[in-house]
Amino acid sequence: MRDEHLILRVVMKVLFAPIILFAFYVQFHGDYGPGGGFQAGVIFAVAFILHGLIYGVAATKRAMPQGVLSALMSIGLLLYTGTGALTMLLGRNLLAYDALAPNSTHHAGQHWGILIVEFGVGMTVAATMLTIFYHFSSREPEIRDEDW
Amino acid sequence: MTIADQLPVLPIILPLVLAPFAILLRNGRAAHVFAVVVCGAAFAFCAMLLARVTAEGVISYALGDWAPPIGIEYRVDLANALVMLLVSGVATLAAAFSYASIRTEIDDRQLPLFYAAFMICMTGLLGVTVTGDAFNVFVFLEISSLSTYALVALGARVDRRALTAAFNYLVMGTLGATFFVIGLGLIYQATGTLNMADIRAQLSAGPPGAMPNSMVEAAFAFILVGMGLKAAAFPMHLWMPNAYAYAPSAVSAFIAAASTKVAVYVLIRFTFTIFGSDFDFIDAMLTYVLTPIALAGMFFASIVAVFQEDVKRMLAYSSVGQIGYMLLGISFGTEAGLQASLIHIFNHGLMKSALFMAVACVMLRLGVHTCSGFHGLTKRMPFTAAAFIFSGLSLVGVPLTVGFVSKWYLLQAAFDAGRPWAGFLIVASSLIAVVYVGRVIELILLRDPPSEGLLANDVDGNPVREAPLSMLIPMWVLVGANIYFGLRTDLTAEIAGRAAAALMGGAQ
Repeated sequence: MRDEHLILRVVMKVLFAPIILFAFYVQFHGDYGPGGGFQAGVIFAVAFILHGLIYGVAATKRAMPQGVLSALMSIGLLLYTGTGALTMLLGRNLLAYDALAPNSTHHAGQHWGILIVEFGVGMTVAATMLTIFYHFSSREPEIRDEDW
Repeated sequence: MTIADQLPVLPIILPLVLAPFAILLRNGRAAHVFAVVVCGAAFAFCAMLLARVTAEGVISYALGDWAPPIGIEYRVDLANALVMLLVSGVATLAAAFSYASIRTEIDDRQLPLFYAAFMICMTGLLGVTVTGDAFNVFVFLEISSLSTYALVALGARVDRRALTAAFNYLVMGTLGATFFVIGLGLIYQATGTLNMADIRAQLSAGPPGAMPNSMVEAAFAFILVGMGLKAAAFPMHLWMPNAYAYAPSAVSAFIAAASTKVAVYVLIRFTFTIFGSDFDFIDAMLTYVLTPIALAGMFFASIVAVFQEDVKRMLAYSSVGQIGYMLLGISFGTEAGLQASLIHIFNHGLMKSALFMAVACVMLRLGVHTCSGFHGLTKRMPFTAAAFIFSGLSLVGVPLTVGFVSKWYLLQAAFDAGRPWAGFLIVASSLIAVVYVGRVIELILLRDPPSEGLLANDVDGNPVREAPLSMLIPMWVLVGANIYFGLRTDLTAEIAGRAAAALMGGAQ
């Protein structure tokens, strides 16, 4: 059993970390070039989907349980909207990131703001992609209630 | 900066921030209380917003401090403040109403997700209404539509047909959204801006005769079809009866009152504030497209409603007919017509929501929403029966109810616009409403409750009792509103009148 699809297993293990690394690159380089949270989230999820394709969804679900994904989805959205709410609490309009670094001369607040927001986006997108993959790949006719 | 300055954004951002917490709560009862509190807070903010707009005039809010037209602007005037008040008010009551009903219809573990989707749906509908940015309308429209698809599909545990209904709604809703966004793309191409006020300025600027060109006219056609689909205007209503009938009862009570009304509001906003009736093609559209659609909806949908065995489907078809009244008001192209339309948007939300709540009470006790469940309802569930009768009479347009106010202003507008025949058709189609509402009221009042068979007892086999107070109170608040706003017409009529004047003023 261990020898089945040896090449696929080895290649997957080699690729997993670079894919995650690339996801983070797209995530954090999104400020300056093409990329951003949505694309990064999809790439991040791709690493796990690849894992699921080769080791089976059950193994992937052990590595990344559905409960964690549900929490990540919510927390990602909270990061996004929370940033907006934070700028309101700091006395500016919704999503006015300048409030995050009011004394900056080069709008550092804008950088911080978009960085946090995009991180939230990436988190939610990655978790949602994986959830969709789990639900499509599970063979049950219905999504089990425990998966919610 | 105080809370007053943040008022336009608070009803949107509050439920959006807090909806994920409902999922993290992982407990149905807690999520329910949480959702009621959040929706209630949004309602309070909307009420404050309306009060402030009434006193001070239009409020503009620049998101992220990016000044319009570059940034996204939230622009609150009387028209959208009124619609926001309706949406958040009905959402609060429906959330409070929902618990006893929804826990019998979906799995307990889905309750937190249900309330999260419910709050996000309300956020989307409020966002569509508040925003002054045309593309932002599309974004919020998708937020509300996607959550509505999920909410409708939740009805699958009771009736599997909810799945196909939700899927149909998804296909048609996506088509509508696509048409809408194509229209926006064309406008953007023609004017180079997405801010509503700025689009208006760009369309009016330039040498005479330059605008509207055929691209702008095509844009409007796409937007009209897209919003017509979302509003379930006849003949684009086919997704709607099933979606309303097989959605969980509490969901029907909310979306029937809120979602199509918001689409009609967007149509009004685009027709009068962005394009403006001073364009010839808008006038032609109102006369030759909207009027026939409105009249056909009023009659066709009402007649179909008469023959429905399922009360929820009947109410859904009746909604298509009522959308016809709203479109008819718009199609006059006059201030009075617009006022009548806005009044009816508000009033119809109140009556249809109350009616769907009454059906939800019957559904809770008897497990059916067909006519057979309504036999002799006065003897089994007197308060539910009375609520259905009162709001049904309101739907027909009996004096002392909001329905009468709507019809009255609509008739006045028809005669003022020099279309007395439209007035007669309004009365004629109201008579059809008498038939389909009267048919159910006859069952409620005059028949005896079945003494044997499945419907002799409630779903647990016990004698049928009245619905719990947690459902009766929100339902009767709405019935009360039906009568209160029927007597105190100055509130809705005055605000709608001023809103209509402002909307039409945008055209000059």
